[in-house]
Amino acid sequence: MKYIAEYRDGAKVRAMAKAIAAEVQPDRIYHLMEFCGGHTHSLHRYGLSQLLPPNIRMIHGPGCPVCVLPMGCIDAAIRLAASTGVILCTYADMLRVPGSGGQSLMKARAQGSDVRMLYSPMDALRIAQENPGRELVFFAIGFETTTPPTAMALKDAQRVGLKNFSVFCNHVLTPPAMRGILAQPGVMVDGFVGPGHVSAVIGEQAYAFAPREYAKPVVISGFEPVDLMASIRMLIRQINQGRAEVENEYTRVVSPQGNLRAQALMAEVFELRPRFDWRGLGSIPESALRLSDGFAEWDAERRFGIQVETVPDHKACECADILRGLKQPADCKAFATACSPENPLGACMVSSEGACAAYYAYGRHLEICEP
Amino acid sequence: MNHILDIKQGCVDMSHGGGGRAMAGLIEELFMKYLDNPWLRQQNDQAAFEVPAGRMVMATDGHVVSPLFFPGGDIGSLSVHGSINDVAMAGARPLYLSAGFILEEGLPLADLERIVCSMAKASQEAGVPVVTGDTKVVERGKGDGVYITTTGVGLVPEGVQISGDQATPGDAILINGTLGDHGVAIMSRRENLSFATSIESDSASLHTLVATMVEACPQIHCLRDPTRGGVAATLNELARQSGVGMEIQEQRLPLREEVAGACELLGLDPLYVANEGKLIAIVPEEAAAALLEVMRDHPLGQDAAIIGRVVEDKRCFVRMRTVAGGTRMVDWLNGEQLPRIC
Repeated sequence: MKYIAEYRDGAKVRAMAKAIAAEVQPDRIYHLMEFCGGHTHSLHRYGLSQLLPPNIRMIHGPGCPVCVLPMGCIDAAIRLAASTGVILCTYADMLRVPGSGGQSLMKARAQGSDVRMLYSPMDALRIAQENPGRELVFFAIGFETTTPPTAMALKDAQRVGLKNFSVFCNHVLTPPAMRGILAQPGVMVDGFVGPGHVSAVIGEQAYAFAPREYAKPVVISGFEPVDLMASIRMLIRQINQGRAEVENEYTRVVSPQGNLRAQALMAEVFELRPRFDWRGLGSIPESALRLSDGFAEWDAERRFGIQVETVPDHKACECADILRGLKQPADCKAFATACSPENPLGACMVSSEGACAAYYAYGRHLEICEP
Repeated sequence: MNHILDIKQGCVDMSHGGGGRAMAGLIEELFMKYLDNPWLRQQNDQAAFEVPAGRMVMATDGHVVSPLFFPGGDIGSLSVHGSINDVAMAGARPLYLSAGFILEEGLPLADLERIVCSMAKASQEAGVPVVTGDTKVVERGKGDGVYITTTGVGLVPEGVQISGDQATPGDAILINGTLGDHGVAIMSRRENLSFATSIESDSASLHTLVATMVEACPQIHCLRDPTRGGVAATLNELARQSGVGMEIQEQRLPLREEVAGACELLGLDPLYVANEGKLIAIVPEEAAAALLEVMRDHPLGQDAAIIGRVVEDKRCFVRMRTVAGGTRMVDWLNGEQLPRIC
């Protein structure tokens, strides 16, 4: 914690807020997107948005793996969990996320499905070994951060010839999603606060397309208040100077090349899906992973013939516009009325890292009784 | 006397709840032996005691903790502390406890002995006897080893009127020590999360601390122990009950470095993590400084702190000034606090 405390220093944060306020050009509005849900969470958790000048608008991006997973995938997982003999394992965040009709894995568990929460896919291997008569399916989700552990588990399963283990792979990729956002008409983003942990895996250069093809700066950031303020300042400077580059504020964790071993492992175990349906963003080409042919034997989609159907979002839901920065959570009619963390209608409300959920949990007081 | 129980090797079986000789053996050789007191010795289905004059309080608390044994305590001591604390949060002096056990077939008797011993020790240390009890056995797979429900009764000193609906704008909010120790100690021992840690549960009986607090400051408005849902849940409950808002300061929250680190790793917010030896006190502002001194003089209040104040707010929001200088809501816990994945 000693290492973290210096990045939470209130005096430092306030000094940086002052510096940012002095550097922004008063006659322009800066639209900055923090892609990663972890950053969204930190911005709200520490009330950082309030410390920024009003002409810096933070747009909360789609970097919450639970939020962007299409409802059809959740429906498929719920159906799979209900099959005889199946133990479905997944990360805790997934349990409460509603599929269509309000059903969730947590409700399915209450109704008798064997759904288990785990912290690491290696635990799934152990559970499979302890239950040789059952089929263990790991419902794998997440960006490039949770992908290498899934790959490790698959390699281990292959090595020991584990027959009753398979993976329902829903891993998604950050750079194609950023590209998908930039390619959409009317998108208002002047620069990206780039993901921290994801970048530790894929490296700085994975974002080179954003400055090159779209003239948008990217600053890779850590998750603490001082990190975020420093990254925002770096973005403002780039924008003011008319530069567009990938810069790295999080050098204590992220290297230019990233984790080459993890990248090699991912390349061996997975291949690109031609398209993937992102909740809120729609279909984006080559933006998600599936198991490569070498691991077909452990692919739950092939083993169980899983079909993912397209389920449209609720009509009142404005998630698509919120994820593209066109609207704020409070602009949505359903926000905090029909749509709440207890009863989420849309992608942005389903996990604590979603834009609407973070705003609901931490920022709801601002419009009502600002001190 | 021949022993009926084989405590070293034996396990709970259905006969231990069947009303026959095995059940009598369990009561005599385990519960009576360790929890011994004049009321239990009467061997009636109820305990009879004199009722003192004044206002009495009664509280009940079910305990289903897993694992049964954790750093700093076990389900036995926890079940004693739980009901004592619920009684004490009315400013009352706890007098008697009852205990109901649901045992799962297959529970090693040695484990049960360890749990009952720990209950007896906690009850003796607190000076609050377990005067009546009940045991049932459920089939294997229908329980989690053992569940214990305890009920406590206590006497409220004259002139003390503590209730959750009395928080008033201007009041100070105090806590007697560090946040989240119990929840993190439990999580560190869950089988699928076996990282090593030196954190111990804060499980403790708070009635002696409460007695000194009530004596020093009879005008305390609210007391509550922030157990499930942590300090965040307790503040929201009190805000809603009293129809007020609360403002707390993040940098004033007492937090062990190890707990902060574990929460960081697991993606948990210490404000939402359970405590079993903590209390939140809401008191008139002018009494806060003196009360804080009294609390800090007590072994269970050494890290006590004033963490915020009660404000007017019809929405009953709990807000926090963060270490970074912004403000945020401290909302009700949504569902169960689960570790994040990245």
